[in-house]
Formats: sequence, C-alpha cells, structure tokens
Amino acid sequence: MRKRGSRPIYMPVRRRREKANMYSKGTKRKFSDGVDNKAVAASYSLQRQSLLDMSLLKLQLCHMLAEPNLCRSVLIANTVRQIQEEMAHDGSWQVVTEALGGSGHGPSDRLVDTEVLCQSSEQQDGGPRLYSVMGYDGCREEEVVTDKALCSVVVGDRAPALLLGTIGHCWDRGELRVEDGVSKDSGTGEEEGTKSGEGAKMATGQVFGTFEIKNGAPGSDPALEELFSDVDASYYDLDTMLTGMQSAPKMGPYDFLDSLASSHGSVSNSSCRADLNELDHIMEIIVGS
Amino acid sequence: VSNGYLFVQEQTLRFLPLFHILISGKGLIMTKSAQLAPTLLSQMDEEIDTRKINNSFLRDHNYATEADIISTVEFNPTGELLATGDKGGRVVVFQREQESKNQPHRRGEYNVYSTFQSHEPEFDYLKSLEIEEKINKIRWLPQQNAAYFLLSTNDKTVKLWKISERDKRPEGYNLKDEEGRIRDPATITALRVPVLQPMDLMVEATPRRVFSNAHTYHINSISVSNDYETYMSTDDLRINLWNLEITNQSFNIVDIKPANMEELTEVITAAEFHPNQCNTFIYSSSKGSIRLCDMRASALCDNHSKFFEEPEDPSNRSFFSEIISSISDVKFSHSGRYLMTRDYLTVKVWDLNMESKPLETYQVHDYLRSKLCSLYENDCIFDKFECVWNGSDSVIMTGSYNNFFRMFDRNTKRDVTLEASRENSKPRAILKPRKVCVGGKRRKDEISVDSLDFSKKILHTAWHPSENIIAVAATNNLYIFQDKVN
Repeated sequence: MRKRGSRPIYMPVRRRREKANMYSKGTKRKFSDGVDNKAVAASYSLQRQSLLDMSLLKLQLCHMLAEPNLCRSVLIANTVRQIQEEMAHDGSWQVVTEALGGSGHGPSDRLVDTEVLCQSSEQQDGGPRLYSVMGYDGCREEEVVTDKALCSVVVGDRAPALLLGTIGHCWDRGELRVEDGVSKDSGTGEEEGTKSGEGAKMATGQVFGTFEIKNGAPGSDPALEELFSDVDASYYDLDTMLTGMQSAPKMGPYDFLDSLASSHGSVSNSSCRADLNELDHIMEIIVGS
Repeated sequence: VSNGYLFVQEQTLRFLPLFHILISGKGLIMTKSAQLAPTLLSQMDEEIDTRKINNSFLRDHNYATEADIISTVEFNPTGELLATGDKGGRVVVFQREQESKNQPHRRGEYNVYSTFQSHEPEFDYLKSLEIEEKINKIRWLPQQNAAYFLLSTNDKTVKLWKISERDKRPEGYNLKDEEGRIRDPATITALRVPVLQPMDLMVEATPRRVFSNAHTYHINSISVSNDYETYMSTDDLRINLWNLEITNQSFNIVDIKPANMEELTEVITAAEFHPNQCNTFIYSSSKGSIRLCDMRASALCDNHSKFFEEPEDPSNRSFFSEIISSISDVKFSHSGRYLMTRDYLTVKVWDLNMESKPLETYQVHDYLRSKLCSLYENDCIFDKFECVWNGSDSVIMTGSYNNFFRMFDRNTKRDVTLEASRENSKPRAILKPRKVCVGGKRRKDEISVDSLDFSKKILHTAWHPSENIIAVAATNNLYIFQDKVN
C-alpha cells in the first residue's frame, strides 16, 4: 500500500501508448523495488482513472442517442464496475474522500479508518501485497492475499460477487456473513442500522449498490438508473420509484464519480443537485481545470 | 495454383455502392432516394416498372452514403440467390446466371434480381424514439414452389417477403381496354377470353406477413427451424418463437431479463436453431458463454441443457477481458455436430459434446490485443463480426479491419488473409494473400498494425452452401469471389 499523501492526483493528460500497453496484460502489479514500484503504480492508477472516466463518458453519451445499444451499455457498465471494485479494493477511493475534505460524512470516515487499518497492518508485515485478478465469471474462487490473512471470496456464476473480502479483512470480522455456502462480506461501510435490512438485497449481487456508502437502498446509482431507464418502459413503476426516493442525499465517495457522470444535465436525484454542484466545484479546483 | 490455397482465386467484381430502387409488388411505389447522386438520378428517371436491372451503371461509383451500408448478406439454401440488406432498409437480391456452354469461363455470375424496400423508419411515440430501418438479418426459407421467400428484420419487426416472377400477363379483357380504361358496355358487341401473353420478366416482392410488437429490445437474430413452420427472433433479453403463418402471437421461450434492470450484466447476442433438430437451439451471451436448449424439456427454456464456456486465462486478464469475450456471432456447422463462435479476437469451434472448452481456437487479429484501450476509446471493440462455415464445414471465414477477411482451413490448419478492395482486385486476378506485420521490420507487402484502417471493417460475409463462392460486404460495396476453375 502506498503511503498516504504520495498518491498522485488525477491529471487529464492522456498517454495512449502507455495505456495500450498497460491494459493489454493482466492487472497484476509487480513489486520489484520500492522506487520503481511507486512510478509504475502511479502510472497504472492514472490510466485506470482515465479509463474509468472514459467509460462513464460513454455511458453518458449513450443517452443522447436514439436508443442506446443495450449490449454495449451493459459491457461498459460492467467495465466501470470492475474498475470501481479494484479501486475500492486497493483503497484508491481515498483520493476522493480526501477531496471531500472533512465533510464529516460517516461513511467516508469509515472508509478512511479502513485505510489506516490496512496500512498499519501491512507496514508491520513489510511483505508484498499481491492482488489476484478479479473475475466475474469463469473463476470460481479468488484468493486475495492481504497481509498474512487470506480472504477467499467465492464467486457465484449468476450474481457478480461482492469482491469486498479484501476490504472486509480490515473490518470487524464479525461482519462476515455466510449465505448458502457462499461467504460474502457485506460489511462495506454501511452503517450498522441499515446493513441488516440490505443484507438480503446485497446478496443478489447489486454491486453498484453495495459500493454506495450512503443510507439509501442499493440500486440508487443514478448513472445506471438512467442507463437502463430509456430501454425499459416498465422501469418507471412503483418499486423502482420508491427505491430511488429512498436514496439519501448524503454523498459517499462513490457518488463523486456518479455526479461527474451525471453532471451533464441528465435526470438525477434532484435532492443531490446542490451537493453535486458544490462537489463539482471542489473537484474542479483539485483537478485544476 | 501458385499459392497453394484451394479457394478464392478468381473473382468476379460486383460493386454496389448504390442500390437501385425498384417498384416491389402492389402498391409500393418507391420514389428515388434523395441520397442518390444527381448523375445517377437522371439515369433512373424513366424507371418505374420492374425489370431485370442492368447494373452496369452501378460500377465504379463509390458514394458511401450511410443508407447504403450493407448490414447483412445471405445465400439462399441452393445458392442460386444472394440477398443483401442495408442500413436504409432495402433488400437487394442477386440471382446467379445460368451457366452457358458457349462461355464456360464465365461461370454463373450474380446479377441483380430484385430490389425492394423492406423496412421503413418508424417512430415509437411512447418512448419518443426512432426505430431504425436498418436490416439486421435476412434468412431464406427453403423453396417450396416457384416463388422465393425470405425473412428480413430490423430492430423491432420481422417481415416475410415473397419474391416471385411474372413473365406473362393477361390481355384481351372485355370490360377494359389495353390501357386499363373502362370500356363503355354499349360498345361491346362480342365476348372474348383473355389470353396470357408473354411480357418482359418482372420480379416482384410482396410482404406476406408482418411480425411485430413482440420485442421490447433490439432484434439481433432470426433463425428458421428445421420444421420450416416456425422460426425464432432474438433480442437482447428474450427469444420468441413464431409460426410463419401466425402474426398476432408468439411464444417467449427464453427470458433473461432480471426483475431489477440494474442487476443486468449479461445480454443475448445471437441465437440459432440446430440445422437438423427442430427442437434444439443455441444462444450466445455477452459474457462469452453459449447455452444449448431443448424445447422438449420445457416451454420456457431458461434452463439450458448444455452450457459452453471456456475458463478465463488469468494471465491474459485486463479490464477489457469481458468485452472481448463477448460473442458477436454463433453458427452451427452444416452437419450440426459443431458450433462456431466469434468473439472480438478469435473464432472458436466447439464440439457439441464438449462444454468445457472449444475444440479449436483461431486467432483472427491477435495483434490488436495490445491496442484494446484505443479500440475501446473509438468504440471499435464493440464491433460485431460474423463468421461462416463453408459447405463442407472444413473452412471457416470471418472478417477483420482494413477490409481484410480471414479464412481458416480446419484440416490443414492453414489460414489466409485476403483483402476486399477495388485497388487490389482486378477481374480474374488471383487474390493476393495479405499479411499484417506485428513488430520489427516490415516486409514490402506487409502492412503494419498502425496503418490499418479501422473504419473499413468487414462484418458480414456469406459462403455459398455447396460451392466455393463467397460474398463479402465491405461497407457499401459487395464483393463476390469464386475460386478459379482451370
């Protein structure tokens, strides 16, 4: 894990060739020595960030077409999920939480705490931290080595797994839940009160929802909502309307990117508008645009 | 044969940059498309009746209007006819000339037989969305009488078209004269029986059935069952079964739509009936899996009988792994023993009896593996390439970029890359194999990966059911190649 404070801030410069090379191979990172490690990791995380932005932009543009190509949208959305999972996995969300800078949201603090936990324990260890690849299908079991402990996450072939075992390692072990022989760690930072209610829902594989560290029900990801809302008229039924309204205006770190994606005038939770503008402003300052 | 390849040497060039629009059947009066170039418009002003078109004026024009982009190519079961559909909703049918003994070297060439507007753009008022008229697929029905039947589909509606010839017309009516004007009954003094007189051949296409309102999502495949009574239409999330005679109802046989659309992670990309077993069909998914279903097992085939998926190679994993594993086309072999899938970088042949991994994997353009990020950026990574078998299932063919297409001989394990372009193709000239150089020094005839034109993609190809004749669609041009006869 990199030291806090040395993480590079996202820069909108694109280096295509590097990107191409980076993404052709696996996402395994090699820790050769300390010096190289930082440079490589920084470049990798830059490219990953730009890929995420590109994907979100694509999803955004989908809506402007006559009727979005569902296959393409699903593939892009899956890619975004993967990136977000990996970023959450190695704590890159920390950048975003720091940007929020003491907004005092409970969930963000919680995530930050996680970071501290993970860091300290690794520093004790001193050993390399390996990330195995995350897969939705085909791989029946992933083993992620963090520190000396092994979290094994079993991936079902229907629902995308909640590959949060790695984060969960740093969490209170008591939050591990076993459901039907599949162990998933639902302790994603949801506050205690809401977790029990959402446990069932999360088990169905609502990956985007689980990453939203807010009080809202899973499934209130505005980008995804808009994505599929055009395609299926039945979306606008009571269930989903209620779900959307339940989502709290509280912003977690993940909402940041959502707001970036949905800042171009698409339908969004109106209650978030003010917060979004403020956060956009903050983000602009950071990015220096 | 100098290069040792057993097929595709001689070529007969047929360029169709523009489709001529003809009257098709009763009441479908087509006006000239505004997209046609002004020079050609004047040539076609006099054409209102349907004749066997002389397509000589269509050569050497390369107007790449969007409506002329070919979106599907299909031979009929005998290979006598070749149908193409384009983005403008038009279908053009070619017919093979009868071989003549006088000119044996001119083996049956394909000429335009019929052209008609199959689908029109529509507007869905409920969703305020336009429905594209682009023809996604054409499938021929086997011939049962003198007429030909084909199914053509756009995103939402399937239509059954009947293409028939008329070369006689009745003359000598009593109540109307030759121009069709009603005769004054007082002037009729004698009765006569109308006689059939020969006339110039007219080919007319009439829509016989319209199958609509059954798909919420975009139709990507249609497939006719072996029983020739039913067919299935497939969209992103559902597969429906139709009877060819009944248009007001269809049966849903596969539905993968989740209760909550936000949980959607996988869509159906293609489906096909087994060529010999009318109860069996397969469908492919965006996650790289194929499911084989048996309709005898249950009415709703959500549970598959077989599940074909290759385990992922962890060393090759990247953020794009899922996208490139998405299957763009799936085809049964003619024998029904194998199935072939096309994903972004490879073609795979599977044995129906082995679900764990494919029998054979062929790299179509592996040099693109390091360019995936750029291809993702320009959306090329979402291109849906099709794949075809030859008549004997010994050779498979698929398209690539830069107007290249690839053939793989399953027996000899040899492969060839050919190009469909006018510059490199002269009549009766042997097609030269092409090569993409991956790195290091480039030989004279090779082309480097960075010079490839990604806007020139060959997505649609077709192989004659019994002979070595192939049809290759390159944007708005159709190329027909056949192998050399000595």
